Amino acid sequence: MLLEVSELAVDVATRRGFQRVVDRTSFSIAEGEGLGMVGESGSGKTMTALALMGLTPEGARVSGSIRFEGRELVGLEEDAMRQLRGDRIAMIFQEPMTALNPLRRVGAQVAEPLMLHRALSKREALARAVQLLEHVRLAEPERAARSYPFALSGGERQRAMIAMAIGCSPRLVIADEPTTALDVTVQARILALIDGLRSESKMAIVLVSHDLAVIAGHCDRVIVMYAGVIMESGPVEAVLREPRNPYTLALLEARPGPGAPRGARLKTIPAAPAVAQGNSEGCPFAGRCALTIDICRKVTPPEVAFGAGHISRCHRAGEVGLAR
Amino acid sequence: MSEGPLLEVSSLVKTYRSPGVGPFARKNARPALAGVSFSIEQGRSFGIVGESGSGKSTLARIALALDRPDSGGVRLQGRSLFDLPRRELRATRAHMQMIFQDPYGSLDPRQRVEKIVAEPLAALGGVSRAERQGRVRASLEAVGLKASDASKHPHEFSGGQRQRIAIARALITRPRLVVADEPVSALDVSVQAQTLNLMSDLEREAGVTFLLISHDLAVVAHICETTAVMYRGRIVELGETAAMFAKPAHPYTRELVDATPRLDRPTHAPLEQDAPIVAALVERGDEVNDRVYKLGATEPRQGQASRAETADGCPYVSRCAFARPRCREEAPVLETKDGGGRKVACHFPLD
Repeated sequence: MLLEVSELAVDVATRRGFQRVVDRTSFSIAEGEGLGMVGESGSGKTMTALALMGLTPEGARVSGSIRFEGRELVGLEEDAMRQLRGDRIAMIFQEPMTALNPLRRVGAQVAEPLMLHRALSKREALARAVQLLEHVRLAEPERAARSYPFALSGGERQRAMIAMAIGCSPRLVIADEPTTALDVTVQARILALIDGLRSESKMAIVLVSHDLAVIAGHCDRVIVMYAGVIMESGPVEAVLREPRNPYTLALLEARPGPGAPRGARLKTIPAAPAVAQGNSEGCPFAGRCALTIDICRKVTPPEVAFGAGHISRCHRAGEVGLAR
Repeated sequence: MSEGPLLEVSSLVKTYRSPGVGPFARKNARPALAGVSFSIEQGRSFGIVGESGSGKSTLARIALALDRPDSGGVRLQGRSLFDLPRRELRATRAHMQMIFQDPYGSLDPRQRVEKIVAEPLAALGGVSRAERQGRVRASLEAVGLKASDASKHPHEFSGGQRQRIAIARALITRPRLVVADEPVSALDVSVQAQTLNLMSDLEREAGVTFLLISHDLAVVAHICETTAVMYRGRIVELGETAAMFAKPAHPYTRELVDATPRLDRPTHAPLEQDAPIVAALVERGDEVNDRVYKLGATEPRQGQASRAETADGCPYVSRCAFARPRCREEAPVLETKDGGGRKVACHFPLD
């Protein structure tokens, strides 16, 4: 396994003390695999991604285990983590305008990790940066390299950030909502680019998104998170076609589907999304869930397996498929 | 009041003056709206889709008379908005309201919900305190909030509830037309569903007609009977929403449909599926824009309009896989395509 996460928990400091935002999270990623991580705001998906990069906010406590290429990352010195980051593990953010330095030329920013991790001279690194910009199919790569970020379109900036991320041939790329701020036509092109890079270099990718449909077309497996906990995980096909967790089902049914009659009633999820509850017992979705029974509020649901790595954390998992 | 359309937009042209400095100066000379016309019938919500830079938000501002066009007109229930005296415009505006994308940014955090929701009433003038309170209560209840919520502040509500407050505010003048610019794109999926259901209810029960602007085809198809697809300041296709998305006639509409993520299939990298069609055109001896086809997933250059776009050609020509010589020379006009209310601006519409 390239990455093995077990019993990961993240507590962030708030005014009222520590709050657990990711809890008992375990999953793994094989070499070259595409893993989708889906959930609504507050589900803990972004915090999980940041924990993998060692980029949790100041004062956050990370516990459990994250093994990457056999090496434990939880508790790793920042110096050692910095060696990995941008080299073996890289990240693509939602808004390249905030992730890129507005005052530096794009080429110099793409070149930086190459100088840091590959000890290339400035000149070599800049030449390589132009190749990388061409590789992510930016028209006129030399011009793009000389440009400042503001002179590029949103799609071009995202390509530049991808070029920066793949420069050192990372084995794992974490993309947090990489296309959310983009037009759908640009989104389709960027996702196609990421697919292409993944298949040619066998890098694994974690694609974090609020949109199940984005994950559906571009990942092998999916993790559905809610209130800091993995509710369901498994092969994308299985989870989308036969969801075994009421939360996954609710997410699928809340979307207006193509071809559905206009104004058809969408299913809603009552009440507001729960925040992570830390160590409290019971299922975090209890109460909002239509299948809630007494035990859901009192006992943390077990993981129920449905073959081929498809797992649902629900007391009534066996009934979910039947209701559909 | 009248039997005519609720809103009639005719030949709108709007060019924002460029500041004249910096690398963007020249590109901004491209008109935000280059002759846009359509009409909305009472009770038939109308959608506008298109990517950023298509002019859809400019259109919304002008439709609400928040901005003036360079030329062209807007009629609400037969009254020309830009010819009305200021006082009458204020009164007429009460018949149309707006819902914005960001429910956080559009609500003043220091004000109580009552004051926020009642705000558009000020434009009407002469509303008594008692009537104001009654209307706020009715408006809150219409969007599924409680009358007692009027005394709370925005931060006491969830994201979906805040969007409901924004909708309650839009409803308080009992408008006929509500312009909604990306009303659900900042919301979580489950909250999106509540808002869309509410919009359907309001259309059915409160007689509200929506002009809904969105990049999300599924959202537009859910609410709007008719939809216009905009590209670079023009309507390139217009028709019955479901039929148009099922069988687009304009290559750009098809690019949008294909690019929309769906659960049942991966999104298409643009035009991959066109290989056989393009091959057939080449066989026939047609000139095909093979640059677009070959590059496939390359980012089209934005900003720098090519000569073809600035001259008389079709605005989509540099991105279109089916472009032929005529497309570079002559801009297609929006014309009815084989009856049925579908209009398309393309010399060679898709079958």
